[in-house]
Amino acid sequence: MAIFSIWIISRAGGLIYQHDYNLPKVEVEKTFSYPLDLVLKVYDEKVVVAFGQRDGIKVGHTVLSINGQPVEGRFCRDEADVKKDVLEFLNTESNYPMNIKFGRPKLSTNEKIMLAGMFHSLYAIASQLSPQLHSSGIQLLETDTFKLHAFQTLTGIKFVVVTDPKRTSEDLLLKRLYEIYADFALKNPFYSIDMPIR
Amino acid sequence: MTIYNIYIFNRAGTCLYYHEWNRKKRSGMSQEEEFKLMFGMLFSLKSFVSRLSPTDQIQGLSSYRTSQYKLNFYETPSGLKIILNTDFSVGNIKDTLHQLYSQVFVEYVVKNPICDQDQPIKSELFNSKLDEFVKSLPFYPET
Repeated sequence: MAIFSIWIISRAGGLIYQHDYNLPKVEVEKTFSYPLDLVLKVYDEKVVVAFGQRDGIKVGHTVLSINGQPVEGRFCRDEADVKKDVLEFLNTESNYPMNIKFGRPKLSTNEKIMLAGMFHSLYAIASQLSPQLHSSGIQLLETDTFKLHAFQTLTGIKFVVVTDPKRTSEDLLLKRLYEIYADFALKNPFYSIDMPIR
Repeated sequence: MTIYNIYIFNRAGTCLYYHEWNRKKRSGMSQEEEFKLMFGMLFSLKSFVSRLSPTDQIQGLSSYRTSQYKLNFYETPSGLKIILNTDFSVGNIKDTLHQLYSQVFVEYVVKNPICDQDQPIKSELFNSKLDEFVKSLPFYPET
């Protein structure tokens, strides 16, 4: 019955507050021999599994570390601490056997800002495509792994809560968040409106 | 409870079929533009959902609801997308959408050799069977 994250989006679609709570870690470490039976590709400056799911490694997972050494984007460091391209490193037979850790990529701050903006427009389009009069935007989005509850205030600020799919209503929590925002963000004399809350 | 309208898109984004039953509001644009907007929204929504998800997804997006309606989404592995807009009091209708796909779409479009699956469906038989199917659903109003 977990809450995964809370987002506050300004009326212009900017992300003004975001916090993650106990996100489940999806990570798998395994020893591989040559040749690798996974198809990897570089996507968005990350090395991603493109094909070949096995032992908990799923398509979309990124390479997090090789032999315990964390991977920096698409580059890794070998024993001599020399920067190498991950794909090149993985294609060299002499480097095997090696330990590779795969996992779901975590959202970077930039990605979070982008997703907030994306939700802002999706919210508007959902109300525009409504078959019924006077519709609001998305209030509840359901998927198999999470539920997204959104609440827009009269002033256009959106409070978004991402939870476990088993949770039903988050109305009280959303209202309470609004209260807290009104009391502790807006009443702070050093806070300028529509700017990130610190 | 009521059913408003249905959209069926193929994987390329062509609207194969559109039909409405109790739609109250127009979107204020041409139908072609509306199809593009709907497909674009779903495409973004799918990408949004897959990135926001805390764990790995299998089915992905299933529905969203606003204060006035609920959009139910079903996608087959071949990329065919079925969108059924209903009243927001309707529960999870994933199985119904799957039935609609297997008992109506596969039977009267895929098995019809003169139905081109890249073009909007013109088959009168499909039209009437789909209408019959939707009208038999428990959440279609009797009026």
